Amino acid sequence: MIVDSDNDLEGQIAEWRAYMHHHRELLQTDAEELEDHLRSRISDLTEAGLRADEAFLIAVKRMGSLDELSREFAREHSERLWKQLVFPGEPDAPPARSRRELPVMLLCAAAAALAIKVPSWFGIEISEDDAGFYARNVSLFALPALAAYFAWQRRVSSRCIGVLALLFLLGAVAANVYPLAGDSQSLVLTAIHLPLALWLVVGVAYVGGDWRSDRRRMDFIRFTGEWLIYFILIGLGGGVLMAFTMGAFDAIGLDAEQFIQSWLLPCGAMAAIIVSAWLVEAKQSVIENMAPVLTRVFTPLFAVTLLAFLVAIAWTNNGIDVQRDVLILFDLLLVVVLGLLLYAISARDLGAPPGLFDSSQLALVLSALIIDIMVLLAISGRITEWGFSPNKTAALGENVILLCNLAWSAWLFLGFLRGRMPFARLERWQTGYLIVYAAWAWTVVLAFPLVFDFA
Amino acid sequence: MHITKDLVAASATPLVLGILAEGESYGYAILKQVNELSGGQLEWTDGLLYPLLHRLERIGHVESAWETPPEGRRRKYYRITNQGWAELVEQRRQWATVVDVLRGVWKTTQSIKPITAPAREAGR
Repeated sequence: MIVDSDNDLEGQIAEWRAYMHHHRELLQTDAEELEDHLRSRISDLTEAGLRADEAFLIAVKRMGSLDELSREFAREHSERLWKQLVFPGEPDAPPARSRRELPVMLLCAAAAALAIKVPSWFGIEISEDDAGFYARNVSLFALPALAAYFAWQRRVSSRCIGVLALLFLLGAVAANVYPLAGDSQSLVLTAIHLPLALWLVVGVAYVGGDWRSDRRRMDFIRFTGEWLIYFILIGLGGGVLMAFTMGAFDAIGLDAEQFIQSWLLPCGAMAAIIVSAWLVEAKQSVIENMAPVLTRVFTPLFAVTLLAFLVAIAWTNNGIDVQRDVLILFDLLLVVVLGLLLYAISARDLGAPPGLFDSSQLALVLSALIIDIMVLLAISGRITEWGFSPNKTAALGENVILLCNLAWSAWLFLGFLRGRMPFARLERWQTGYLIVYAAWAWTVVLAFPLVFDFA
Repeated sequence: MHITKDLVAASATPLVLGILAEGESYGYAILKQVNELSGGQLEWTDGLLYPLLHRLERIGHVESAWETPPEGRRRKYYRITNQGWAELVEQRRQWATVVDVLRGVWKTTQSIKPITAPAREAGR
């Protein structure tokens, strides 16, 4: 009987400890200290004649609510909420490869940083006439290292590694075999689309070769958003570092500009690609993801802006002035709207009922669609007049692709708001569409130069 | 008798320092001593003692060490530092002044209008 109640008590304490473990503000040692307290209280109470389970209840009650407790701990140790950023919780981290994680990441980052210096050993300098070379190849320096990092971390099968290597090779060939002139439009298009195509190749490594899985693809979309944010933040820090380097050395009469331009900036940028990816992975669960938060803030704002734009058009009766860059501008608008949609989806609780935020999202998508159709109508006349150039074709193609995506998304969204379709269908549509982006990016890189005669 | 939250909070630091001044101790023992000294009048939520101890440790009034008795669990002991002593002396001075002032005030009000209840509280 006594053994029984002792076991019970141990079980209850273990449960309490597990519950305490959920509160990040409480470190292992704090938990231990509190548990010692709890046990002392329980043994005092049982000595006074209470049964073990009664004593446990009273002791827990006297300890105070854990929420209140962790709030007090958080107030006292506010740094803990931040400190865990880089080295997440020791005990519950997956033991598998975590110890070698950091060295391997550093190795990949170093490889990426060195890769961009390799061409200069063969006399191809960044700042000189070979800027075109770097523009075409910029994604080939760091992204293979990133893919290698994920391939290692996810223990990707050797067949998959072969496919990854082939795709990167294909990218390298496409970027360097075609005779693209330094001022050709095709060169610019390759410089933009090859990174996109290769980023999706990195995605294959990211999902561990399991690229058919919806959930894994969604993970990759989430990862992309977080990665971009970290990359920008690291870039800002790097800018400050460079400014200080320049100023400090200038103060002692040394000119650091050459060093910064040919080493610090390119190598730092390449390494930052890997480090950002690692940071996103390391802190996945530690703090709230940023992309969904930004989405929450900006979705209503963009919706209001676009609606105001539509109202202004209707009010003034002004058509859209079709300048050269207007197609690009509205492509970017669609990308932003799509991004807002994607990251709202990525963080959404799939089972939750539709709410006000969803309506503002639908308003955003619909107004973007209407604006874009107006732009397309305005511009189609111009294209038939002037013929197709690589730039125009690419911009138009992208516009149509994004338009299709958003139109069908809007339809699915409407169905969801009226309660006829589950939200998961919208998610599946978006993750499935990644294939279209990949196909288009590769088409632009591989086929456009041939079709347009390397213009 | 219920003592308000503010008063409990204000007296917590000198109480803990005062108890630690008698020798090193650990959380549960400190709490028990507070309970005995106040005859159960001073109600603390058990868990909230620890953030306070950690705060005192951070600002340097106490220091801590984990000790493991030959048999049993390891336990975190707290010890008062020199700085903690200085703080305790300062706190005692301040509390003595406050208590004196309150006594004086209540003595004069009592002479005008004898209210027994507050006077008894002041005597505690």
